[in-house]
Amino acid sequence: MSSALSAPEIARALIRISHEILEANPDSSKITLLGIPTRGAHLAHRIGVHMREFAGHEIAVGTLDITMHRDDLRMRPPRPIMPTSIPHQGVEGREVILIDDVLFSGRTIRSALDALGEIGRPRRVQLAVLVDRGHRELPIRADFVGKNIPTSITQSVKLHLTEIDSVDEVMLEDQR
Amino acid sequence: MRHLLSIADLSKTEAISILDTAVELARISDGTVKKLPTLRGRTIVNLFAEDSTRTRISFEAAAKRLSADVINFSAKGSSLSKGESLKDTALTLQAMGADAVVIRHGASGAPQRLADSEWMQGSVINAGDGTHEHPSQALLDAFTIRKHLGKGAPDLHGIKVAIVGDVLHSRVARSNVLLLNLLGAKVTLVAPPTLLPVGVDSWPVNISYNFDEVVASVDVVMMLRVQQERMTDLFFPNAREYSRYFGLNADRLSTMSPTSIVMHPGPMNRGLEISADVADSARSVIVEQVANGVSVRMAILYVLLAGQPLEVGGK
Repeated sequence: MSSALSAPEIARALIRISHEILEANPDSSKITLLGIPTRGAHLAHRIGVHMREFAGHEIAVGTLDITMHRDDLRMRPPRPIMPTSIPHQGVEGREVILIDDVLFSGRTIRSALDALGEIGRPRRVQLAVLVDRGHRELPIRADFVGKNIPTSITQSVKLHLTEIDSVDEVMLEDQR
Repeated sequence: MRHLLSIADLSKTEAISILDTAVELARISDGTVKKLPTLRGRTIVNLFAEDSTRTRISFEAAAKRLSADVINFSAKGSSLSKGESLKDTALTLQAMGADAVVIRHGASGAPQRLADSEWMQGSVINAGDGTHEHPSQALLDAFTIRKHLGKGAPDLHGIKVAIVGDVLHSRVARSNVLLLNLLGAKVTLVAPPTLLPVGVDSWPVNISYNFDEVVASVDVVMMLRVQQERMTDLFFPNAREYSRYFGLNADRLSTMSPTSIVMHPGPMNRGLEISADVADSARSVIVEQVANGVSVRMAILYVLLAGQPLEVGGK
C-alpha cells in the first residue's frame, strides 16, 4: 500500500481543475456540476466552492446517483441507493460537468450518462476526475484530470477524503 | 434476502434499508424520471388468488417503473377458478421463467409453501396471505409514519400507535405489530374482545377496549377494515354500536393531538370504522399511503431482485 497523491497535491489538483473548467466554459452561469456519490459528490462540492471564489458567483452543484443504471447490478449483492439532487436550474440546455473520483473502466460514466439522459438534455456533458488510472473498457475519456496514475489491473486505487475518512489521500493497493 | 414472506424474517437493519431505499426511489419518481432500467428483462408475476385493487396495481406500477415485465394472474379468469392446485400453478410459472412471484392468497402460509417448495426458483413476495401477514403494507405504513413523525430518525423510536378494529382477521395488524415493534414504536391495540385473536396477550403490545381512553394520547391512529367477508360468526351486536364505540368520527378526531395522523390500509367501510369526514380530513394520510406504497414496493423489488442473491448459486 502506497500513497499516490498527498493532501496538498489533491488540493492543488482541485484548484487547477476548477480553473480549467472555467476556462473551457466562458459562460460560467450555465455550468452545473454533478458529483457521483459518494466521493465524487464531495469533490463536486469542493470544486464548486473554488469556482464560486474564482468566478465571483454561485455555481450550481448537485449529485447524480447511478446505482439504478449500473450494468453490473446482477453480479453483486444489492447496493444501497444514494441521493440524487439536481440543482433547481435543471440540466436542460446546461453545461453539465460530471465529477468522479477515479476513472477506471468507464462503466460508471456510461451509467451516469444514461441516468443524466433520463433527467434531461444538457447542451454538453464534460467529465472531471481526480485520478485517471487507465484500463478503459468503453470509449470514454475525461476532459479534466487531476492526475494520471499508471496502474496494473490488479491494483486498486482508493481516494480518502476528510469528509468521510478524516484524511485527504489517494492510496494505491496491491490486491491478490 | 431472497423472499419477503413475513416481517418476522426481517432484521431492523434490513427494514430500515428498505425504507431508506424507498425514500430515494420516491425522490426519483417525484422528479421527471418515471422509469428506471434496473429490472429490464426480469419477469414478475402477480398471482392474486384473492381480490385486491391497491396492492395489485401498486406492485404492478412498481415493477413497471423498474422496467420489469409484469404478468397478471388472478383467480377469476384463470385455471385457479377451475380448481388448479398451487403446485401446478407454481410449476407453470417456473416453466414461463418468472423471476419473482407476488402472491396474494386466502390461505395463511401459501407464500411460505411456495418459497419452501422446489416448485419454482424465483423470489416469493407475500402480498397478503389469509389472516397471517401483509409485509409490504406494514413497510409502507412505517414509511408513511416515519415521513410524518420520524423527525429525521431512521427508526420509529417512541412513536405511539393505536391499531383499532378488527385485529382478529387482520393480516395488516399482524405485520404492523411486528414491524412497529421492531422499529421501536409503542403499539396499543384497541378492539372489542371478540375481535382480538387468541394469544394476543403474548404480543408485544398494550391492549385496550376503550377507544376514547387511547385516542388522545397517540401519534398515529391506524384504523382497520371490518372484514365482513371473513366473519362467520357474530362479533358485535350491530354496525351502529360498533361504529359508536370503535369508529373514528369527527368528535374523536377533535380530541387527538394536532400533529397526529390517521391511517387506514383500505379499502374503507365509510361510516363503519371511519366516518367520511375523517377519511377526507387534512389529518388523514390514507391517499398518501397508496402513493408511498409504490415507492416502498419498488424498494422491495429492488432489494430482492436487482442484485445477485447472497445464497450460493443464484440464477
